[in-house]
Amino acid sequence: MPEDKPKKGKRTVTVLLTGIVLGIVLWSGFNAGMEATNTETFCSTSCHEMEVNVYQEYMDTNHYVNRTGVRATCPDCHVPQEGIPKFVRKLQASREVYHHLLGTIDTPEKFDAERMELARHVWRAMKETDSRECRNCHESLSMDYDKQEPRSAERHEQAEAEGLTCIDCHKGIAHRLPAEYDPEQDIPGESIYYDEANTSL
Amino acid sequence: MNKTTAILSLSLAVVGLGGAMPTFAIDSLRGAAIEAMSTPPAKRKVDVVEGGIERTFEQQPPLIPHKIENYRLNLRQNGCMRCHSKAAAEKENTKPPSANHFVDRDGKELAKLSSRRYFCTQCHMVQIKGEPLVENSFQGLK
Repeated sequence: MPEDKPKKGKRTVTVLLTGIVLGIVLWSGFNAGMEATNTETFCSTSCHEMEVNVYQEYMDTNHYVNRTGVRATCPDCHVPQEGIPKFVRKLQASREVYHHLLGTIDTPEKFDAERMELARHVWRAMKETDSRECRNCHESLSMDYDKQEPRSAERHEQAEAEGLTCIDCHKGIAHRLPAEYDPEQDIPGESIYYDEANTSL
Repeated sequence: MNKTTAILSLSLAVVGLGGAMPTFAIDSLRGAAIEAMSTPPAKRKVDVVEGGIERTFEQQPPLIPHKIENYRLNLRQNGCMRCHSKAAAEKENTKPPSANHFVDRDGKELAKLSSRRYFCTQCHMVQIKGEPLVENSFQGLK
C-alpha cells in the first residue's frame, strides 16, 4: 500500500536514532564507570581491603613519595593502559568484588594469609606481559646506563641479555613481600614462583 | 637600727651581691647556645664505591659501598639477601656472608643465616662522603 511506505521509513529512522542515542549514553556511561574505578582515590577509599593493607604499605615506598614527586598510582601498575587488556582486567575485577562482598581478605590477618597467592597472581601476570605496566614509565630504551650506579647498569645490561623482565628482580617494591617468600628460591631466571602448577607455596 | 632600716640595708646587700655574681659563658660543643636549636648537619649523599670499600683493619665487618635506603630489613624479609645470599651471590656478582654467619651460638652449623647475624646493618654500614670531625691518625694492622 502506498500510504505505508513513508511510515516504515519513519520507523527505521526512529529505531536508528534511539539506537545511536542509547549507544552514546551506554558507552559513555560504561567508560565513565571504568575511569571512575581507575583512580587511586577509588582504590584507597572504596574498600577496606585495600585501605588497611596494600595502600598503607604503598605509602611507605618510592612510588608514593620520592625525590622528584613523580608518582605511580594503583592503576598505573595494576591496570593495563591499552583498550582490550584494560577491559579484560576490569572484567577479572568482578572476582575481586565477589570476594569483597564475602570479606575474604578484609583484615590484615586474613590478607597476610592469602598474600602469597595474591602476590603470585601479580608476579605471573607481570612475567607473562614482560612487565608491560612497568614499561609504561620505565622504558629500557630510554634508560641511560651511564647515569645509573655501576652495579645497576651492569645488572640491567646483563638482565636484558638474559631475557629477564622487570619483575624478575624487582619484587615487593611497592608492597610487602609474603612472609613465606624466600629470595633464594627466586634467583632471576630460576624462580619457583611463576609456576602455576606449583600450589605448595 | 630600727626594723625598716635593717630590711632596707639587707635587701640592698642582696641586690649588690647579685650584681657582682660572675656570669658563666657556656661553651657548647654543639656550636649553638644552650637554649638554641642545634644546626642540622649538612646533607650528604651515600658513598657509592665500585668494587667495595677496603677494610681498615683485620676482622672489620666490610662496609656497604652502595645505597640501601629502599631495601627492607625486618622480621619478615631481608632485602640484602635478595642479592647477597649464597645462592644468588655468583649471579648478582656480590659477596655472600662468610661461614661464621651460618653458625648458631652453640657452634652448630645452619643452612640459613643465623638469627644472630640476620640484621646486617648491626655490623655493616653505608658510608657518606664526609670530612672527619676530629683528626684521626689511626693505622690498622694489615
